[in-house]
Amino acid sequence: MEKISKIGLKGLKAALLAAPVMVAAGVASAQELRIGISAELSAMDPHYHNVSPNNMLARHIYEPLVGQDEKQTLKPLLAESWKAIDDTTWEFKLRQGVKFHDGTPFTADDVIATMQRAPNVPKSPSSFSAYVRGKEFSKVDDFTIRVKTATPAPLVPTDLSTFGIIPAKCKDTTTEDFNLGKCTTGGTGAYKQAEYVAGDRVVLTPNENYWGGKEPWSKVTFRMITSAPTRVAALLAGDIDVIENVPTSDVARLKGDAKLSVASTVSNRVIYFHMDHFREVSPFIKGKDGSEIKNPLQNLKVRQALSMAINRPAIVERIMEKEAIPAGQLLPDGFFGTSKKLKPVAFDLNGAKKLLAEAGYPNGFKMKLHGPTNRYLNDTKIIEAVAQMFSRLGIETEVETLPSANFFTRASQGGQGNVPEFSFILVGWGAGTGESSDSLKALLATFDPPKGMGATNRGRYSNKAFDAKLEEALRTVDDAKRDLALAEAMEIGMNDVGLIPTHYQLNTWASRKGVKVQARTDEYTLATGIRKE
Amino acid sequence: MSEATLPTAVATPPVEAKEETPFRRFARSFFEDRLAAFGLGLFVVIVLLALAAPLIAPQNPYDLASVDVMDSRLPPGDVAGEGFTMWLGSDGVGRDLLSGILYGLRISLMVGAFSGILAASVGMAIGLIAAYAGGRTENIIMRIVDLQLSLPSVLVALILVAALGKGVDKIIIALVMVQWAYYARTVRGSALVERRKEYVEAAQSLGLSHARTVFRHILPNCLAPVIVIVTVQTAHAISLEATLSFLGVGLPQTEPSLGVLIANGFQYMLSGKYWISVFPGIALLLTIVSINLVGDRLRDVLNPRLEK
Amino acid sequence: MLAFVLRRLAQALFVIAAMLVIVFFGVNVVGDPIYMLISPEMDQQQIAETARALGLDRPIWEQFLIFLKNAVQGDLGRSFVHGESAIKLILHRMPATLELAFVALFMAILIGLPLGLYAGLKPESRISRLIMAISILGFSLPTFWVGLMLILTFAVSLGWLPATGRGPTVSILGIDTSLLSLKGWQHVALPALNLALLKISLVIRLARAGAREAALMDYVKFARAKGLSQSRIIGVHILKNIMIPIVTVLGLEFGSLVAFSVVTETIFAWPGMGRLLLEAITRLDRPVIVAYVMVVVVLFVTINLLVDLIYSALDPRVRLTEATS
Repeated sequence: MEKISKIGLKGLKAALLAAPVMVAAGVASAQELRIGISAELSAMDPHYHNVSPNNMLARHIYEPLVGQDEKQTLKPLLAESWKAIDDTTWEFKLRQGVKFHDGTPFTADDVIATMQRAPNVPKSPSSFSAYVRGKEFSKVDDFTIRVKTATPAPLVPTDLSTFGIIPAKCKDTTTEDFNLGKCTTGGTGAYKQAEYVAGDRVVLTPNENYWGGKEPWSKVTFRMITSAPTRVAALLAGDIDVIENVPTSDVARLKGDAKLSVASTVSNRVIYFHMDHFREVSPFIKGKDGSEIKNPLQNLKVRQALSMAINRPAIVERIMEKEAIPAGQLLPDGFFGTSKKLKPVAFDLNGAKKLLAEAGYPNGFKMKLHGPTNRYLNDTKIIEAVAQMFSRLGIETEVETLPSANFFTRASQGGQGNVPEFSFILVGWGAGTGESSDSLKALLATFDPPKGMGATNRGRYSNKAFDAKLEEALRTVDDAKRDLALAEAMEIGMNDVGLIPTHYQLNTWASRKGVKVQARTDEYTLATGIRKE
Repeated sequence: MSEATLPTAVATPPVEAKEETPFRRFARSFFEDRLAAFGLGLFVVIVLLALAAPLIAPQNPYDLASVDVMDSRLPPGDVAGEGFTMWLGSDGVGRDLLSGILYGLRISLMVGAFSGILAASVGMAIGLIAAYAGGRTENIIMRIVDLQLSLPSVLVALILVAALGKGVDKIIIALVMVQWAYYARTVRGSALVERRKEYVEAAQSLGLSHARTVFRHILPNCLAPVIVIVTVQTAHAISLEATLSFLGVGLPQTEPSLGVLIANGFQYMLSGKYWISVFPGIALLLTIVSINLVGDRLRDVLNPRLEK
Repeated sequence: MLAFVLRRLAQALFVIAAMLVIVFFGVNVVGDPIYMLISPEMDQQQIAETARALGLDRPIWEQFLIFLKNAVQGDLGRSFVHGESAIKLILHRMPATLELAFVALFMAILIGLPLGLYAGLKPESRISRLIMAISILGFSLPTFWVGLMLILTFAVSLGWLPATGRGPTVSILGIDTSLLSLKGWQHVALPALNLALLKISLVIRLARAGAREAALMDYVKFARAKGLSQSRIIGVHILKNIMIPIVTVLGLEFGSLVAFSVVTETIFAWPGMGRLLLEAITRLDRPVIVAYVMVVVVLFVTINLLVDLIYSALDPRVRLTEATS
């Protein structure tokens, strides 16, 4: 809230700002940074809701033990180092001399308190319990923590990079009080929470005593602008300095604007098609004459033909306007646990037709594709383009797109007996952990709720060789060996066409000239990665 | 577009003059306004274009085999891979915009017409029941009508569509739900006036059935105000459908109405590919303006109060 | 009088109940909110945990009964997404929306009234015809389309006004407003104009019709005969006569301004309750949708009631009993 006496001055400044020339020159108080983000966050409580916008914002205020750099490689943060003592024990050495915003020193007690709070926030719509579950935390001394697990758990450091550490004093603070800024001890991060207006903005001020050094911004405002054209317009009009999630259609124009700069990098998000592997007769596949036929997707040759019929470069070029990269596996090359052998399947319509004929479908069949709207970049257009390509293969293809809310319910449990309803769907997957085990576990492992495997396997793909390889990888604590095992599992899944990846998105930011954004694979927009040039 | 623009007291047509049939008199009076004549002409052309879409469109925009992604975002006048010229350019998936607009018009007009006809039938039936039944039934019906009219249509439609889901049928249901009350109120009002008139009393004293009285005598005399409402509400429905589609709760993307085309082209506005959104926008605007011009004139012609 | 007010309130309760049932069960048919809430990486165990925490694991009728029980005690539930009281979230966002709607309303009068008067007093002139043609255009242009055009023109190309958001707010007597600073007005100008567009057309038509009728009235003719100046005739006699219907209609239209702000707020990133509703619809945040419906119905019923009461005070001929014909 502002004092009334300030208004006159504010108004004058605003009048100056409104002049176009001044805006172009970027007068907006040199120290202030205004960022337009594409999603609304749901709370300022770092443990309330495990979703990207919340985690991204919390990262400024409450730091996790382990950090992820712009390529999602793990790096020391509140933990200076960590090592596996044996297959089921990890030890974390904490950074010394770190203080919370109000000066309270950070110690192992805060970590223990956080581990108690994070999985147990009441009414959490998506909690962090999966990252804490099955781990026993103990304090060795003020700056050493040990984590015991029942089975080998190579991903403990990754798990602990997902949520921030709060001071022990705030362990009973409610979500509402976090929103109101009542955890006055604050976090250890580079910024302090100054204002939160739900659905509108978050204002941060720098932590003058940050252990990692001083930030260049005197104030950072995150504005939530969900409509993409509006976000771009706000940048062009000089309302804000940085926008994330630039629509593919505007990238070229923004790149050509001398007053703006654009930063981008490949994303950890893959767009892919999942297909019905588990039904003998699939509900949205029919013979050319409309009769019921045996599910052709259970035939490897059909799956290969479909993958081959997709012209990935065309999708990248014509739909994504080059803001994407053709995909051959679940994570871009170079990420941990990816295969060097897997390349995007080359477009070969004649080859695909031949395979389809060999599989016993020389005349094709009828199939309906399903996909969400406004969930992934250009989702509807991609699915329409793929439908066009399948039509040319001789498969009579229809498309139905649904609002996300409806789509994901039906795609996950809409069929008889709460099984996935559709035959062939477009979906996307972002690897929040920055390595492939997560993706493989969720998308390709045999559906097995008690074990937490195949949770998002909406095609119910199941392959024993794949499962065995993946399980081996998940038990392997040694990084090099695990990397190899994951890559092998990936090869098994991809060569068997368990799903059909099409492309990796590019994450793109645009900013006023003079403001440089560090592009990140995890789609996070961090003020700590934005610098003056 | 707005509820309050409707005259609440549209009266019956003036008593006919001797030398002209009522229709001729009406037509003459209607065409006195050149703007309205233009509107009617435009509307007829638009409807004909929409009806003839499969014959005149260069491409069937819903047939995925004939749409090629390689043709996407071509500017107006470029030639598509299949050899025909895309006079209005193409959209983000390579659909010829001229074809898309012609087919989109069909969907928009169909949604408008269907919801208009259905709402008129439902509303008139309910209004007549109210007027004819009287007493408690009438009271309850009219209270529901009042309430319905006090809630803004865009909001009711938005919430209904959110609850019903996407699809042409659902949009039509939602539009009928927000429109019927106008008809019910108007028809009831006119019917009450008609009922007291001598011919109805005469008809009843002759022992004619209720249904016959309603359909042969009361209904025809309520038609004038209903016609005005149909035009205004059809325009409103088309615009509302476009708005809902823009908000992402309207029609499915794969067989786009004008609203969906505009919404899809929206993301290209800032990048200079204006045609994807502007041309469908102009088509929508012309459609609505033509209907409104007609409706506006109809209101003046059928409402004797303002005649000097 | 009291009976009238009470009856209106009873009716309002009836609408609220009906809308509630539709929304509550309708949202459930569209999809399971759980898939809109959880992070995609979550496994089945966590999905089940979340469903339990939010009470979504129970059958829908049981959820409804629990909701009713709490509602009777004044608790409309907590937002699935934000975890806060749904009603509080809405009330928090309401001032921004009301502010926008009020500014739009005044714009409508300020622009529409003079144009409409002119068109009514000089019905045959070329300018009047132009005004009427424009007013038809105003009815026909879809709000969302005009919104982006306004941003493109005034914010992006000309750079005169900001494209998005609300200016700094100041709290006066407990009401937050951004209208006390120049910056606030700059921010509100475009969205309010966008929202006002339809109402400008409406006011033009009402004013024109009113002026045309009033010009034919005996007292105006009499005033003219008496030699009163044109401006006095317009200012005093005609204006006074047409203000009552305009104010009445606009009062009723205020509700539709609030409703249409859903569109405007989305385009202009205005932090009002319309955006909250849209966000809630896309995320299936049922408690917020339900609470929004209740708040809005209460708001409209209140406005209608006030308009009726004021109208009856202004015009004693109107009786507040609801005659059947």
